[in-house]
Amino acid sequence: MTASHAESRRKMSALEKRNTLIAYSFLAPNFIGFVVFTLIPVIFSFALAFMDWGGGSNITFVGLDNFRYIFKDFSFTKSNLGIALKNTVFYTLMTVPLTLLCSLGFAMILNKAVKGANFFRAVLFFPYVASLVAICVCWNFLLMKNGPVNQMLNAIGFHMTKSWTSSRDLAIWAIIIVSVWRNAGYYMVMYLAGLQGVPGELYEAATIDGANAWQRFANVTLPMLTPTTFFNSIMMVISCFKIYDVVAIMTQGGPGRATKMLVTYIFELSFGGENIATSAQYGVASAVSMVLLAIVLLVTFVQFRGEKKWVNYM
Amino acid sequence: MTAKKSFSTMSAGQIALSILKYGFLLGLTVVALVPFVWMISSSLKTSIDVFSVPMKWIPTEFHWDNYLKIWERVPLLVYFKNTAVVAIIVTFMQILTSSFAAYAFAKMQFRGRDLLFMCYIGTIAVPWQVYMVPQFIMMRSIGLYDTIWALVVLQSFTAFGVFLMRQFYLGIPNDLSEAARIDGLSEYGIWARIILPLAKPAIATLCIFTFVNTWNDYMGPMIYLTTDLNKTIQVGLRRFIQAYSADYNLIMAASLCSLIPVAVVFLFLQRYFIEGIATTGMKG
Repeated sequence: MTASHAESRRKMSALEKRNTLIAYSFLAPNFIGFVVFTLIPVIFSFALAFMDWGGGSNITFVGLDNFRYIFKDFSFTKSNLGIALKNTVFYTLMTVPLTLLCSLGFAMILNKAVKGANFFRAVLFFPYVASLVAICVCWNFLLMKNGPVNQMLNAIGFHMTKSWTSSRDLAIWAIIIVSVWRNAGYYMVMYLAGLQGVPGELYEAATIDGANAWQRFANVTLPMLTPTTFFNSIMMVISCFKIYDVVAIMTQGGPGRATKMLVTYIFELSFGGENIATSAQYGVASAVSMVLLAIVLLVTFVQFRGEKKWVNYM
Repeated sequence: MTAKKSFSTMSAGQIALSILKYGFLLGLTVVALVPFVWMISSSLKTSIDVFSVPMKWIPTEFHWDNYLKIWERVPLLVYFKNTAVVAIIVTFMQILTSSFAAYAFAKMQFRGRDLLFMCYIGTIAVPWQVYMVPQFIMMRSIGLYDTIWALVVLQSFTAFGVFLMRQFYLGIPNDLSEAARIDGLSEYGIWARIILPLAKPAIATLCIFTFVNTWNDYMGPMIYLTTDLNKTIQVGLRRFIQAYSADYNLIMAASLCSLIPVAVVFLFLQRYFIEGIATTGMKG
């Protein structure tokens, strides 16, 4: 009895071993690539933040010098890091609510039985997949001095005398507009999926209780959608902090430093700006990316902490 | 409910409401599409007419030859070819390695599974920009700098693909794989004959996601590619724009051409794509 028990146990562990090996064989093709090209660079980037390195053979440990360098004379109007931070935060604070509002609005309309809902859904989603450079340059033209947008604004009484992307005040709004326009369709799809999950009985019950359309929206739809809103806002905040490509194509961080973002700054430090040739400061760049990482983690953490207060799970 | 109501039974208020609804939808459609329409219209004008005041939506003269000129100015065709090579190989590799690895995560028991998976998820949360510099240094030291192969290896093994496939596999009942196991099918057999055929929607989603993201990737090619003939379409287009910044019409024609492949893929597969995003809730 005990002997056979032990044997079956040994068999089990042999089987387990075999199973583990098979499992690893499934993982191997992806895992090897993942470790070499993602995990190791991630770990290395932590180390690099404490090194001084211009890309040559000299690499020295400098402790916190890189951080001291980027935080030196920190101010939101003068230092590079301060300006990049201020711009990125402003961009995020404007883009996230605007995109949430638009995407929720689109989803609410499309969720009602509309003829051709699939067509409208596809159309509103298309900007999200459209070639980035193509749409950015197109918007650049649309927002030019004599472009269609300014012509329209002038027609209704504004006095637009500048291209948006070369105006200190409007350049960041050009980036925000393009971002909202491009991403609203994507988050709309998320909201549509969320709306599918709201039980119809809730609306019926609310109607019986005498709730009007607005009350049903405010007291049934919105609370039921909070998990989607939570998810969407987390994804959006993270992606807003990583903003780079739209800026690089439309304004290159300019005019001046008006649209310089955190990643734009990292990029300049490591590869020189698009038109500026400076020597690489990989260590400093890594230090800035640690700041970026810390912010992203912090914001996500705060959002998760707040989750219980306003998100309803069924 | 409302859809089944015939027009005659609707009250005046309902009719007004639905007119308002469609009017609004139409307005949104216009906002979503106007840049593309403007792109088409400008691509057929002379460059002087692009910013004429007042603007014309329909060109007075159609300059179809703009679409011929762009191919002579820059090696646009080479850019297209490079991008297609990268996008197709990356998409293929992603589907293969991700669907394979996800099987172990979703359908097998082994030691260290959850820890490994946490590692994967953890790196999804780390912005690429944080580790792009070490990655760049590494690629340069193995001699892949300035080749499209740098982009291929970087994008072929993402944690995102594994995550997406795993989420979908979890929805496939375990009874199916258990039954096959009892019938003597090996794990590889179960993956190939049972799980993979059932995972078609997830594969389609990952396929379009990867293709579109690779096609539209700007930052990667910008860092890695310097030689003109190695460039992909996004950075190539950017070069075109910088070199011929006053030829608005040609820029728009070239931009429009760069849109066509993703537009075609999107049109054919958008159903899967949109549903896939909604069910997996993830972004590339």
